[in-house]
Amino acid sequence: MSEPRTLFDKIWANHLVDTQEDGTCLIYIDRHLVHEVTSPQAFAGLRAAGRGVRRPDATIAVADHNIPTRPGARAGTIENEESRIQVETLERNVVEFGVPYYPIEDVRQGIVHIIGPEQGMTQPGTTVVCGDSHTSTHGAFGALAFGIGTSEVEHVLATQTLIQRPAHNMQVDIEGALPPGCTAKDLILAIIGRIGTAGGTGHVIEYTGQAIRDLSMEGRMTVCNMSIEAGARAGLIAPDDTTFGYLKGRPHAPKGAAWDAAVAVWKRLPSDPGAVYDTVVRIPAEEIAPYVTWGTSPQDALPITASVPDPADIDDPDRRQAVQRSIDYMGLRAGQPLREIAIDTVFIGSCTNGRIEDIRAAAAVAQGRRVADSVRALVVPGSGLVKAQAEEEGLDRILTEAGFEWRDPGCSMCLAMNDDRLAPGERSASTSNRNFEGRQGPGGRTHLVSPAMAAAAAVAGRLADLRDLD
Amino acid sequence: MRKFETVTSVGAPLPQINIDTDKIIPARFLRTIEREGLGRHLFNDMRFDSEGNETPDFVLNQPAWRGASILVVGDNFGCGSSREHAPWALADYGVRAILGTDFADIFYNNSFKNGLLPIKLPAADRDKLMEDAERGENARITVDLENQVITRPDGEEIAFEVDPFRKHCLLNGLDDIGMTMERAGSIDSFEASDRIARPWLYAE
Repeated sequence: MSEPRTLFDKIWANHLVDTQEDGTCLIYIDRHLVHEVTSPQAFAGLRAAGRGVRRPDATIAVADHNIPTRPGARAGTIENEESRIQVETLERNVVEFGVPYYPIEDVRQGIVHIIGPEQGMTQPGTTVVCGDSHTSTHGAFGALAFGIGTSEVEHVLATQTLIQRPAHNMQVDIEGALPPGCTAKDLILAIIGRIGTAGGTGHVIEYTGQAIRDLSMEGRMTVCNMSIEAGARAGLIAPDDTTFGYLKGRPHAPKGAAWDAAVAVWKRLPSDPGAVYDTVVRIPAEEIAPYVTWGTSPQDALPITASVPDPADIDDPDRRQAVQRSIDYMGLRAGQPLREIAIDTVFIGSCTNGRIEDIRAAAAVAQGRRVADSVRALVVPGSGLVKAQAEEEGLDRILTEAGFEWRDPGCSMCLAMNDDRLAPGERSASTSNRNFEGRQGPGGRTHLVSPAMAAAAAVAGRLADLRDLD
Repeated sequence: MRKFETVTSVGAPLPQINIDTDKIIPARFLRTIEREGLGRHLFNDMRFDSEGNETPDFVLNQPAWRGASILVVGDNFGCGSSREHAPWALADYGVRAILGTDFADIFYNNSFKNGLLPIKLPAADRDKLMEDAERGENARITVDLENQVITRPDGEEIAFEVDPFRKHCLLNGLDDIGMTMERAGSIDSFEASDRIARPWLYAE
């Protein structure tokens, strides 16, 4: 009998091209997603060295970070010159190197981590990389998926491989069912709050337990997406019938006999009974509540019923200083109940929460209610296909009637590279993934929440507990 | 890639924990198709006010530390995004070595591709170096990669660990892609057998 192996161990072994004496490995990359911000220097490097793209059929490209999302804005040229040059550079590079590309006007265009799964590019047991840290999203399919820098983007384009060392295995086990009002976003914020923003450094986290198995693919993507916010190299969830059901019939998914052969391979991927993890964290699902972040690190997460922490209660001097700095930056005071924090802006979207289930959750709260007069509320679907489906379901009408703006797809206010951003001192409830200083615009203040909690905040004009809504 | 040679410099102290890549270089400066010239935006929102004037309190704006080639940093430096613009900005500014306890994985990896040496040290050693760094001028620290030794201003030596492959690449300024291309035969044979095992992942 061979040693029981984890899902990560199996994927790693299946992709080993060779191993050097010192343990450095060359691993094969099955899928490479490319966007306009982290690829121009990589293509320039290929050109300078006279190299081509080894597997264009394993690569897709899309522009997402810089794209305007105001309705009608993408019909014209992009106003910001640097943004326009980045998008035009990608458009030239994909032609020169023969890489499949979803143009801005294509309904399949969207945030790279939304469209990979949508198109069936992301499959169980594959290795998936992209010059973007939220590549961890694709781990929801049982794919080993991680973000890389531009030098590595160039390395993958040229060789379809990466030089890596194996990660450690971490298990995060969530037994039991999530309480009412709690979503995948609350779950992952609770996990990061528990293990900290460096808790997963050097590890791949495999999420297990009933609360994880019960999630839809959309929810699983939300959880894996924020693995990087816990410092992990990647997040993984074992593929099961939910995974196969999502994938079947998608454009790049295997068809006919190949489908059956693929499913047979995929069913052998889950961790063996008795597989050993280097680190194990167990959180009972009943401890999860609707969460919000109060500070400037994703680990600054607390249940909405809590209050801003008091630095005086913290023993570790570095941590105390960090908490004080966050409180000052965020314009809060120690002990202030989170539910009293007034907001100016709501952002619903991003690779974390820009999928159809997220738009449905926001619309369910918005239905029959009004966005507070003091609040600007944006809903930015993650892709053209998410937008089209939401419109077919009438969700756009519910949201616009409630006073939300209904936008075109893109990364938008998650990182404020296009013109959607917070003004200095403005405060948002945002479904994105990072509450870093200045992330949504210089001086902007971000509170991370689930889509339902974001919609509840839009209606209340302050951070609110959706369980308290009339 | 530029070869890493022994560096002697004051250490600029950045004791804050969790300095993320948005702090190292905010996203709005990522709208470039070049690698060069990003040093002017390094730590932009800490180094400059909203009008673009230097903030006098920020360490790299103070005469003792301006242009430092060594940073001594708080825990979990470089967390956040995969942007290689962060090490590009650091290297362009002139930083060559970063002394901390732990670094976010992607940032750590990206640094080595750009002639930048991040060094993971026990907290006690980092704390001693932080004290040295805070003394400013005349407190010069030396980082010797070949011998894997940091020399404090008082002459005390602190040994450090580094992955042998990364050390070799950094000392010789080697390009990863060129080395991997030499193993094209292994990649070809991997693909040939994988094409049989998982044909659905290959275009017909």
